[in-house]
Amino acid sequence: MVAFCEAMMARVADEPSRAGRHTPDGRHAPFGERCYNGPLLSVQGLHVAFKTARGHTEALTDVSFEVDRNEVVAVVGESGSGKSVTALSIMGLLPDAGHVTGGRINFEGRDLLTLDAKAMREIRGRDIAMIFQDPMTSLNPILTVGYQIAESLRIHKGMSADQARQRAAELLTLVGVPEAESRLDQYPHQFSGGMRQRVMIAIGLACDPKLIIADEPTTALDVTIQAQILELMKDLSVRLGIAMVIITHNLGVVARYADRVVVMYAGRVAEQGSAEAVFFRPRHLYTAGLLCSVPRLDSERRARLEAIEGLPPDLSKAQEGCRFAPRCPQAVAACLREVPALRPTDTGGLSACLRADELADGRVRWVGNAYGAAQPGQNEPAAPARKVLVRVDGLTRHYAVQSSWGGPNRTVKAVSDVSFTIDVGETLGLVGESGCGKSTVGRLLLRLEEPTAGRIEFEGRDVTHAGHGELRALRRRFQVVFQDPYASLNPRKSIGDIIAEPLRVHRITSGAAATRERVDELLAQVSLRPDLHDRFPHQISGGQRQRVGIARALAMEPSFIVCDEAVSALDVSIQGQIVNLLADLQEKHSIAYLFIAHDLAVVRHISTRVMVMYLGRVMEVASRESLYREPLHPYTRLLLEAAPTPDPVKEKQREAALIRGELPSPFAPPSGCPFRTRCPVADAECSLTVPELREVRPGHRVACLKI
Amino acid sequence: MPRYLGAKLLQLVLTLAGVAALIFLLLRVLPGDVVEAKYLAEGGNVSEEVLAAERTRLGLDRPTHEQFAEWMGGLVRLELGRSMWTGRPVAEEISSRLAVTMEVAVMATVIAIVIAVPLGIASALAHGSWLDQAIRVLTVAWLSVPAFWLGMLVLLGLLLVFEWGPPIEHISLFEDPLGNLTQLIWPALVVGARMSAMIARMLRSSLLEVLNEDYIRTARSKGVRESTIVARHALGNALLPAVTVVGMEFAFLLGGLVVTEQVFNLNGIGKLLIQAVGQNDFTLIQGLVMLFAVFFVSVNFATDLLYAALDPRVRLR
Repeated sequence: MVAFCEAMMARVADEPSRAGRHTPDGRHAPFGERCYNGPLLSVQGLHVAFKTARGHTEALTDVSFEVDRNEVVAVVGESGSGKSVTALSIMGLLPDAGHVTGGRINFEGRDLLTLDAKAMREIRGRDIAMIFQDPMTSLNPILTVGYQIAESLRIHKGMSADQARQRAAELLTLVGVPEAESRLDQYPHQFSGGMRQRVMIAIGLACDPKLIIADEPTTALDVTIQAQILELMKDLSVRLGIAMVIITHNLGVVARYADRVVVMYAGRVAEQGSAEAVFFRPRHLYTAGLLCSVPRLDSERRARLEAIEGLPPDLSKAQEGCRFAPRCPQAVAACLREVPALRPTDTGGLSACLRADELADGRVRWVGNAYGAAQPGQNEPAAPARKVLVRVDGLTRHYAVQSSWGGPNRTVKAVSDVSFTIDVGETLGLVGESGCGKSTVGRLLLRLEEPTAGRIEFEGRDVTHAGHGELRALRRRFQVVFQDPYASLNPRKSIGDIIAEPLRVHRITSGAAATRERVDELLAQVSLRPDLHDRFPHQISGGQRQRVGIARALAMEPSFIVCDEAVSALDVSIQGQIVNLLADLQEKHSIAYLFIAHDLAVVRHISTRVMVMYLGRVMEVASRESLYREPLHPYTRLLLEAAPTPDPVKEKQREAALIRGELPSPFAPPSGCPFRTRCPVADAECSLTVPELREVRPGHRVACLKI
Repeated sequence: MPRYLGAKLLQLVLTLAGVAALIFLLLRVLPGDVVEAKYLAEGGNVSEEVLAAERTRLGLDRPTHEQFAEWMGGLVRLELGRSMWTGRPVAEEISSRLAVTMEVAVMATVIAIVIAVPLGIASALAHGSWLDQAIRVLTVAWLSVPAFWLGMLVLLGLLLVFEWGPPIEHISLFEDPLGNLTQLIWPALVVGARMSAMIARMLRSSLLEVLNEDYIRTARSKGVRESTIVARHALGNALLPAVTVVGMEFAFLLGGLVVTEQVFNLNGIGKLLIQAVGQNDFTLIQGLVMLFAVFFVSVNFATDLLYAALDPRVRLR
């Protein structure tokens, strides 16, 4: 029977057209089902352990879930929850330190864990393909794109070089790479990030796999490109009848694309069920908390995010009871004692929460941190009496890029003619895709870079031409918090030293005792325990590191902080904590923020006003309410539409509004309006003049000719 | 590409001019000259007049800037002048010795690559095993043994076991290839062993690094065989840093075989340099230093070109 089946499969696989395998509606023809009727993939009681310097770490404990044919299953979790380890275990690609210690992974009825290396290689790429997170590092830099796509065709389908090349060109066209034929001989570095991810998808699709595992396939991409890639994957999976496992931390992506959701926490499955059930009727307190801790574009803005406090457990230590219990506001004594098993819920899913039934009948619900939660007026723009803290006028930064000896120098216009003000104690959100110049604006404000033209005033004083001493004094008043909390802390200094450094440099405290006291005070302000004082950056978690970065900025008692993607690298639950911390500190010390980010929902949550940039120019500035309720610029509108929200019903009904194409090269920006090449309403007029930023409504300024 | 080449060549010329000026000045700053070395050594008793006449003959009495102008002017015409000791043209002195050194250097490099590549790959693939440990111990040992000592051991071994000693005369490759090879293989082995240890260690660590890259995982996820992964996906990337080491080492060998030539009694340019320094033969020293500089610079240039050929991301604009 099995032999017959394989022979059939082989024959089907050899047919050039896929018609034999799929009925017109895109479902699998009954070949496969005749051999095996169960789910396509079934992971049962999977245990994976890692050997580390600190002993054995149990990365996965008793993980079970199933994937049916044509189904899109999302595995959601924060870093360390074991979602990527699950994917790698299925592929048999665990790193050397990791090994499966128990369980089964059945694929079409065969246990993948019992297969030898050769049999597993035949399945990889042919039956199960994987798409990885970072398209920048996941393609081999010294092999042509054509070779990398053709490779699996030649291995699994025995195609000749010419056949494989032809098919590779077809695949590239299928995933939307223009002029595919001529791009086959190019190398990965000649493709943009989005295009590389399309190449990755083409590699995944090459051998008509039955299952594609996509590990954070769009995390490294911009919102507009993310939407394009996800639409493509969704479309292809439906059209070609491929089941998909999407691993992600982005709840919006899950809501839009997944049929079923598996929520993981600390190496265990917390809950699974249909997307609707998990999003609207979560039956695990972790899921409920996770849904509350993300800022959302589709509902009224809350004053505070109901963040999940605390940190995920350290898996190298023995775990007792429910792993979420230490962070759970509704944990009872039993939660700390017994390990809850996955049990069926009223919504048809499974939950490993002891209080699932109580959640179901409403006796228990998620309660975020209590203080501040009930004050809707908080963080709202205060009444008139406003004082301008930062005034920026015509800020411009051009980089000359030397092409070669004696050759003509090209100019990158990173920032062109940007003007704005920030009031005392307010937050200006600055959004845009990568390369729009938003980080450059931040660096220019801090005078970490010299502007080519324009003027920056801080508290009425000219910063642009401040001398060394004056700048030093000013630097006490404005500070910065960077994106990567690890890279921006000196690894060889203790936390205490890192925070004390500005105090010493600017001679704010005198004597070791006073400094120590101030450092402890700052640690307390960012809710870190004083015993972290002597630890080093690598010994604490990402969220804690970001708190250290904030404490260091606070040391100077600044009136202005530039937050450059300050929460982008953090997990959802930690991100909520940091956003709340920033809001609290603002209220307490009336600090103004320039909050630079690409996540529109987070920006909406924290900002009083929002500025949108594209290719170095400001497209739109408005108050938060005005911008998010009635965005005027076509770019802002498309940007808002491209961001998926965590609501499976709305998301699945919504037609995808995609921004076409990619960001133009900064060397050759379009004439006139920079957005016109991707704009749905642009016409000939737009290419003639650069639109001025003009006030369309009170406080709402837009740079578009069509408004 | 043509523009890149032009820019690069201009850079080379400037570097060489700098080296020429520097070595000229250094030699004039140091005390003593060839006349002293020739006539006053070992308690020679020669009158001041003779010395002065000799200096006038060699042009050493002329103002420094005139000598400098002559030296630089000669370089432009690709003339290195005459040896102050023997009076023969420097180019002739060097060229008669260059072949030996060049041959040993090329042989040593080939030997090094032939030994190092399989060792490095084996060591990386068997990472952490007894084989890896053995290779690592061996390469450290090779690296720490001084070349002259290893050379003497080899010579002793050859004498005791085969009763074979290195011939006094140089055997030309074209007249007696086999004799030439038996003469030069031993010094080449001694030098090559050391070089291979360096390359093998380099290759091991870069291959280990590359094998942990995301794109290798991508290749595995396609079901590519492990041997193909190493050969097609990993090795090309891992060779890049090794290419730099090979280039640097090769350039170094051309001028750095001094000790080995001494031990194996080879009349190469290393030995010539020692001799020239001992004799304060300014023109010969200058000529040799220029030769080493040209080697170094052009090997580096070749390495750049090779890099561009191996790595499509490096574009020579």
